[in-house]
Amino acid sequence: MTHSTEARLADVSLPAGLEAFSGVTARAPHLATQTQKHGRKLAASLEDAIRASGLKNGMTISFHHAFREGDKTINFVVDKLAAMGFRDLTLAPSSLLSCNFPLIEHIKSGVIRRIYTSGMRGKLADAISHGLMETPINVHSHGGRVHLIDRGELTLDVAFLGVSTADVFGNANAISGRSRCGSLGYAMVDAARAGKVILLAEEIVPFPNAPASIRQDQVDFVVKVDQIGDPSKISVGAARMTSNPRELLIARLAAEVMEHAGLFEEGFSLQTGTGGSATATTRFLEDRMVKKGIKAAFALGGITGPIVDLHQKGLIGRIIDTQSFDAVAAESLRVNPEHWEISTNTYANLTSKGAYCDRVDMVILSALEIDLDFNVNVITGSDGVMRGASGGHSDVAAGAALAIVVGPLIRSRIPTVVEKCTTVVTPGETIGVLVTDHGIAVNPNRPEVAERLKAAGLPVMTIEELYARAISLTGKPQPIEFLDRVVGLIRYRDGTVIDAVRQVKG
Amino acid sequence: MKLRRSMLFLPGSNAAMLSTAFVYRPDSIMFDLEDAVSLREKDSARMLVFHALQMPIYRDIETVVRINPLSTPFGMKDLEAVVRAGADVIRLPKTDTAADVHALEAEVERIERECGREVGSTKLMAAIESASGVVNALAIATSSKRLIGIALAGFDYVMDMQTERGDGTELFYARCAVLHAARYAKIDAFDVVFGDLNDEAGFLKEVDLIKRLGFNGKSLINPRQIELLHNAFAPTEEEVDYARRVVAAAAAGERQGLGVVSLNGKMIDAPVIDHARVVLRRAEASGVRK
Amino acid sequence: MKIVREALAGTLESSDLMVRIAPREEGLEVVLQSEVIHQFGTQIEAVVRETLAKLAIVDGLVVIEDKGALDCVIRARVQTAVQRAVDEWTAEWSALS
Repeated sequence: MTHSTEARLADVSLPAGLEAFSGVTARAPHLATQTQKHGRKLAASLEDAIRASGLKNGMTISFHHAFREGDKTINFVVDKLAAMGFRDLTLAPSSLLSCNFPLIEHIKSGVIRRIYTSGMRGKLADAISHGLMETPINVHSHGGRVHLIDRGELTLDVAFLGVSTADVFGNANAISGRSRCGSLGYAMVDAARAGKVILLAEEIVPFPNAPASIRQDQVDFVVKVDQIGDPSKISVGAARMTSNPRELLIARLAAEVMEHAGLFEEGFSLQTGTGGSATATTRFLEDRMVKKGIKAAFALGGITGPIVDLHQKGLIGRIIDTQSFDAVAAESLRVNPEHWEISTNTYANLTSKGAYCDRVDMVILSALEIDLDFNVNVITGSDGVMRGASGGHSDVAAGAALAIVVGPLIRSRIPTVVEKCTTVVTPGETIGVLVTDHGIAVNPNRPEVAERLKAAGLPVMTIEELYARAISLTGKPQPIEFLDRVVGLIRYRDGTVIDAVRQVKG
Repeated sequence: MKLRRSMLFLPGSNAAMLSTAFVYRPDSIMFDLEDAVSLREKDSARMLVFHALQMPIYRDIETVVRINPLSTPFGMKDLEAVVRAGADVIRLPKTDTAADVHALEAEVERIERECGREVGSTKLMAAIESASGVVNALAIATSSKRLIGIALAGFDYVMDMQTERGDGTELFYARCAVLHAARYAKIDAFDVVFGDLNDEAGFLKEVDLIKRLGFNGKSLINPRQIELLHNAFAPTEEEVDYARRVVAAAAAGERQGLGVVSLNGKMIDAPVIDHARVVLRRAEASGVRK
Repeated sequence: MKIVREALAGTLESSDLMVRIAPREEGLEVVLQSEVIHQFGTQIEAVVRETLAKLAIVDGLVVIEDKGALDCVIRARVQTAVQRAVDEWTAEWSALS
């Protein structure tokens, strides 16, 4: 072989560390055969993919939670990891919900040692609030999660991402196929950042699959599974217009606040979120937009049917979607060209080079508690037990020009306005207005908004007045008894610790 | 003068609604002990309403209680409870004659004396629900100084008339009769409830009709109807503008000691000025129509 | 007054409570279950006991299942349960407020 590498390099002394070429497939054996070249990522089973990923005890595994209460991936994979004998893992899903209660056993048995999540609910949250874990969990916002990954605190070793369709090369989305959750905004972050990426695909479709929310160059393995999630449980009833008169009352007031706060102009932008009042607010906004003859440039966030409806009526220019909250939103992402899918990095990460939340004019947010300084708790119930999620709350509150918190002043006997929040998730300085069924309070740091709302004849009062009104009806709640032990750290979106959740007594 | 556009019905047995209804800010809240309460819960509803009436938060709102007819075993017990608890107004159902009001009035006065409540402070309202009531509307409306209004109740009335609810034709005479009696007696007149919650257009059509007839307001069964009703009763921006100019012209005329007031060269009669004041008061309460 | 029979009052709907009352010799026992027991347990029990005291109920078993009712609803339900459980209701209205 006159032209062999050996011959050509015979008199060359290679610098240290460089090696001579030894054949096209020497470093890429998968290129040796066509079958290998095309099919190398398709694993025969989840176990195979896990083994091939190099996952080891003590590593970090990640998931997306776009199916919310309908998720079937997290429990399935962790069960498998437990059966395979893995231990001491850090669980880092974008969030956890009530459906994840089977994790309790895996925490008890030592399969899971640490948790990073946006939130948790139900039995799992209850158990952790009562001291199930040795190490406190970290509760981050959606944007804050990306920040923690990017600055190196949270290293995703292996990501397990459920998708409704993927081709054998890893191009995947969740707007085609059977179980469609719509936007893969959370998964896109993990696909771009995890050491190894395993797709759990409900359906393997011909190459190339489009759109590629997750791209082939991000994916290591593809596994076919029976079902990744039940989309009907993503947000039960969110698309339905509430008929609850109290929610409608709050929604009407919220829409009036949006109309009169000074930002209701051609090309404004909004995020209205989910839940009865938020969804109804969107509808009330429609009439006001039509009457004033203005359109919104974009709507951001968790997207629901009513937002899609306004888009299709030409009242919202673009939909920027990091999570589709119902089937209408998921379908719209598939068919409407101006409905865009974005990662949570693009949505809300403080240290991304550009987060949409910074461009939002008005956002509607919820609260379990809001205190006299407008600090908001969306994590712990007033009994001290975790039952919620940080979500994009603190991200968008900080980014938006005006953050509006909506909720009933009293839920059965529990006042929403309290002296001091049980847990602070979102600092009060980023909250502009509180809308309740008893009246509206404006943060003293927004006097211009208060003036405008008063001029519009809205029932503006101080938050102290709202608090006094609540207490006059319910009586003053007795303080919750906590132990000293910390069970959760609340991470602000910049990575700092803004509060600690302590173990509930009893 | 008290504005009474919306009178929100609340079943007296529903603890959750009693604990929250004030947030909807109707002009009056009517706790129902009669038709909305089953026979076996008459006692518990009475007790709930007795306590709800004493909640400080209900002091800011006019409270009305529909008691059971005094001819039933419940009516007198209801009255004993709610007059003592401070109800602003007692609504007497199925009022057929002035004598019904007189009988109620005597009992109310007795209870006021017994419990030390100022005599005469408990107001009354009569609901007319039969052909007899409609025919006697004038006598009923003028039967007591305590009466603040009479209300037409459609369901029993159409039954009595051997017809059923329809496009409003079936209520035409009754509405006019009740309204004339109220206007003659200088008390308020309230229209029937509109039952179909999901028919917003139908509700607004009926509201428009009764407003043009001259009713003060309407009984409502769902808080969602309050805002719609108040808005429909709100004057339009043009009406408010005109009323402002009329009132300003009247004030100017008064300052100049003129007997005659004119606006844009046209003479304005006293009733026009009165009406303008009514429009402005409505605007103050209901805002401008959206 | 004396509790002579078992009686119920209220509902298990949100913002309401169910009161079950039964005869019992030698003293009063209040069993409280509440959705808001951590925040309002003490206050609820105090309201129940005070309401019973005003009715001069000294013997009886009172079981409360509370769904976040306000104090005035609690009073009303306890009073109704007592009213249904006694032979002769002799309370003055002024003792009920």
